[in-house]
Amino acid sequence: MDAGRREFLMRTAQSAAVAACGGLLWAHLLRQEAAASVLALRPPGALAEADFAAACIKCGQCVDACPYDTLHLARAQDGAPIGTPFFTPRKVPCYMCTDFPCVPACPTGALDRKFSNIADARMGLAVIDAESCLSWQGLRCEICYRVCPVKDSAITIQTHPRQLSKHAMFVPIVHSKACTGCGMCEEACPTDEAAIRVLNPKLVQGRMGEHYRLGWKSETPPPTAAPTEPSVAAPAPSAVEPAAPAKAPGMDVLNEELEL
Amino acid sequence: MQLSRREFIKSGIAASTAGVVGLPVSQLAEAAAAALEKDWKWDKAVCRFCGTGCGIQVATHQGRIVATKGDPDAPVNRGLNCIKGYFNGKILYGKDRLTQPLMRMKDGKFDKKGQFVPVTWEQAFDEMERQFRKTYAEKGPAGVACFGSGQWTIHEGYAMNKLFKAGFRSNNLDPNARNCMASAVAAFYSVFGTDEPAGNYDDIEHTDTMVLWGANMAEMHPILWSRITDRRLAHANCRIVNLTTFRNMSSDIADLEIVFKPNTDLAIQNYIAREIIARDAMNKPFVEKNCVFATGPYDIGYGMRATDKYAYPAEKDTQAKELKVKLDKWEAIGQRRKEGEVVEQKNTADPAKHWMIGFEDFRKGVEPYTLEFVAELAKGDPDESLDIFKNKLRQLADLYIDPKRKVVSFWTMGFNQHQRGTWVNEQCYMNHLLLGKQSMPGNGAFSLTGQPSACGTAREVGTFSHRLPADRLIPNPQHRAETEGYWKIPAKTLNPKIGSFYAKILRDLEDGSVKWAWVQVNNPWHTHPNANHWIRAAREQDNFIVVSEVYPGISAKVADLILPTAMIYEKWGGYGNAERRTQQWRQQVPPPGQARGDLWQTLEFAKRFKLKDFWGEQKVPGLKVDGYADNILPDVMAEGQKMGYSPEDSLYKALFATSDNLKVKWPDAVAKGHDNHIATLLGDGWFPEKAFWIEYQQFGKGKGKDLADFDAYHADKVRGLKWPVVNGKEVAWRFNEQYDPYVTKGAGIEFYGKLFKAIPTGNLDGITDPAPKSLAGKAKIFFRPYAAPAEQPDKAYDLWLCTGRVLEHWHSGTMTRRVPELHRAVPAAVMWIHPVDAEARGLKRNDLVWIESRRGKVKVRVETGGRNKMVKGTVYVPFFDEGVFINRVTLDTTCPISKESDYKKCAVKVYKA
Repeated sequence: MDAGRREFLMRTAQSAAVAACGGLLWAHLLRQEAAASVLALRPPGALAEADFAAACIKCGQCVDACPYDTLHLARAQDGAPIGTPFFTPRKVPCYMCTDFPCVPACPTGALDRKFSNIADARMGLAVIDAESCLSWQGLRCEICYRVCPVKDSAITIQTHPRQLSKHAMFVPIVHSKACTGCGMCEEACPTDEAAIRVLNPKLVQGRMGEHYRLGWKSETPPPTAAPTEPSVAAPAPSAVEPAAPAKAPGMDVLNEELEL
Repeated sequence: MQLSRREFIKSGIAASTAGVVGLPVSQLAEAAAAALEKDWKWDKAVCRFCGTGCGIQVATHQGRIVATKGDPDAPVNRGLNCIKGYFNGKILYGKDRLTQPLMRMKDGKFDKKGQFVPVTWEQAFDEMERQFRKTYAEKGPAGVACFGSGQWTIHEGYAMNKLFKAGFRSNNLDPNARNCMASAVAAFYSVFGTDEPAGNYDDIEHTDTMVLWGANMAEMHPILWSRITDRRLAHANCRIVNLTTFRNMSSDIADLEIVFKPNTDLAIQNYIAREIIARDAMNKPFVEKNCVFATGPYDIGYGMRATDKYAYPAEKDTQAKELKVKLDKWEAIGQRRKEGEVVEQKNTADPAKHWMIGFEDFRKGVEPYTLEFVAELAKGDPDESLDIFKNKLRQLADLYIDPKRKVVSFWTMGFNQHQRGTWVNEQCYMNHLLLGKQSMPGNGAFSLTGQPSACGTAREVGTFSHRLPADRLIPNPQHRAETEGYWKIPAKTLNPKIGSFYAKILRDLEDGSVKWAWVQVNNPWHTHPNANHWIRAAREQDNFIVVSEVYPGISAKVADLILPTAMIYEKWGGYGNAERRTQQWRQQVPPPGQARGDLWQTLEFAKRFKLKDFWGEQKVPGLKVDGYADNILPDVMAEGQKMGYSPEDSLYKALFATSDNLKVKWPDAVAKGHDNHIATLLGDGWFPEKAFWIEYQQFGKGKGKDLADFDAYHADKVRGLKWPVVNGKEVAWRFNEQYDPYVTKGAGIEFYGKLFKAIPTGNLDGITDPAPKSLAGKAKIFFRPYAAPAEQPDKAYDLWLCTGRVLEHWHSGTMTRRVPELHRAVPAAVMWIHPVDAEARGLKRNDLVWIESRRGKVKVRVETGGRNKMVKGTVYVPFFDEGVFINRVTLDTTCPISKESDYKKCAVKVYKA
């Protein structure tokens, strides 16, 4: 991108802020400035959102470095702190350059300097709306799968019988382990509103109970989140039997009179 | 569909009712939409795209298509569509739809070097006629030509076939189907004596083994692929084999993937045949009762010009192979000759000739094709070990031979677009026939087709330069006489000399022997290989090219006159799919602006000529046929007058609006309120589509090609009918007594096709007894050897190039690239290349490169990932994108027998742009 364009973007962001100087709007902007955004999709290698928001100096260098016009600096209406870089996959996704020029362009490390492989990017997570996805309805679309730059790991196709007729369904499934959130799927999705969208994983990802492992998977990876407080275990049996306590678990209920 | 339901809700109803208390906006909108849909009119139709032939339902309102759906009652697709089919309704409404005739003009007059200017139909036809008369006076029937289509409706193809052959007395009419399935046809003729598959799509649910030979069905026949996948999922014993020259999406479901080198499918099939014999697995009773063995000459060239006069300097070495071939090690072994021997190609003029041989000759022919020989020759992935590859070939033979297994072989362009396309088709039948696995539910070699009506129009109507309707051939005097009878035209009206095939018409334009050409429903200058030649021929030679088009593609750009044309749902029509299913539809919406149906254009043009313009004596250089003076097509006007024709009768009256046809009245109850813009514009009260159907029906009746009545296809409950339709009943499996009334009672299996059923006898080296011997009721098992590709990678051009389609786009993209969603999904063609090949050239994904052959070069972006996984040494570029005009690069060799171009192999180099 040429310098002129970058300047223009900077001016737009700044003038948006200046124009908004006054009354309630100003307060709204201040609040937005302070809060990290859960909706904005950040460039590859971005730190965790709170750290990113703190480290980003809104210089626009990453926007400048992007060869595809993917990145933009947020304006007031974009739902992210003004001046921070973000992208809208339906318009222009991240094309996952193997040399990711946006990352080294960052002067502050808001885009992690240790970032070394574009496949490690986690800009967001693709989520499919099964109700409007053509492939989930049985049509032979699977465009998201074919355009996925890490196809067969981030998006796979599961085939199963359609039951309604002697046709198979080709159902796309997204795997968070490999999805970089580049958004090429969202860009290419042929429905009127994209049936596959990239979102902040926090908004969509659930987590299974850590007490359970899927028996048919040989190695279910341990949960990554910090474990919750362990529940209190019953005391270990001792060699010498102590005297019976006055009260023991279950007594109250057991001693309640039964209606005959 | 621009005012889609969703948009309608957004823009109108929701806003205007949002203030109403009581109901949530969403429910109000739904109720409003339902009220709106009440006025929609639904009717059945057919998908515009591939040869699968999915049924759809079209909803129209106020002259627009407002919605479509997969037809739940259509047995092919049961309500489903692929992503192209999903957008059937949108292809009509691209912003740059052609709606006005456009002609190259300068100073108010036609000028070949002028700019396109809007003109009236009257002006357009005036110039078209003037140019036609000029050429016809100079060159006669051989000087004019028509590029037809496997996407023509049956009725359109029928009318143009008749106009050219009966009217202009020219056989220079050939469809783009020539480049799609001519090799399949040639093999159907040589093996069975009649065209088109014995089986039907239900074979998928009956079989337990499906072998794909050069057919990436996962992308190119998406809905059939979901049937195949369902069979695989539902039937544990089912096995799928994918034979291909690179890893494509069909490999994802396949149990066995065999990547082979271009042309070595010829050797692999001979290996299977050899195994069948070596394992004593030949079905002797079947073969003895139903088959004979046959072979033909090997020295048949590669379908290029015989002269290098028109070749670019860089092309001359490849062109030289047309005359002489130096046998490589593999050909020498496979053809039982000496390596390095220079073989003059002596049989280029009659490559299709063949003769019967004995079983021992056949065995001798396949004997060299041992596992060791074939594996070493055919292994296509340099990273795969020879042992693994051998093992795969063995497994393939096991699957075919296993007596407990039913086997269906599917193929499309990998076999058909092949320098030995006819041979490789014949070889597939060879193995099915040797095993007796043919013409039974779940057992058979099944030639798929690419286009929606390659079968229905191009093949059944016979819109080829050598064909007439229902398996009749131009050189056959009896077939010509029958056709003249049905058409009620004088004997010897039809030209007995085969016309120019598709590639030849382009070559004729280049060398000036054709000077007037009309294109309907296809895009020759985009899709024919070695395009630089043909573009120059069109723009720099003295000729006149008319292109009937719906969107501005490359052919329209090189035209002199562009006729705006109605699209599929803007006219009445019928298509025939790969399983012999004929489906018809009504006009759903009127064409926009001045756009008119191809059929109307053909009929209007016919009004401008009189019988006396053609039925007098005509010069046909090279005509040398028994019963005709050399180079002369006789005067038939006197004979015509005896039949009641006047020299002043227009071709329109004599051939189309005949007294019989005028009795078929429009309007007709079968329309159920639907319009017919062609009948309305003609204004003389007849129903051309129905009249042509009745006329056309005669050709196949009682000949194994019976079609049902016009109204039967339009009956509410009918979703197409598989011919032959005998006494109202479809035929599911041909040649099988259980299903096919044409088989003699008690015969079981009978290959009753009539063509080429009396041939000489000989051995592997040639004919020993030229007296034709009958093989009525039998099929031929051909021995065909391995032949090396005409052009192979070398130091200068070090990669194989293969071209083809992608799921999202249809052919040259004129329709699908107008659908914004499809364009967004696949905006441009890319070049798939192995990552190591890319790296070796200093390239990475998305880099812009030149891909260059001896013939031309184009720029394209590199793709090292995605849907195709290339093997080292091979690149793939789809042809839909006129911005990546890959046919500037491709090679225009053909199968010498079928004249079908080979798009699957030529040598290129790739370097950074």
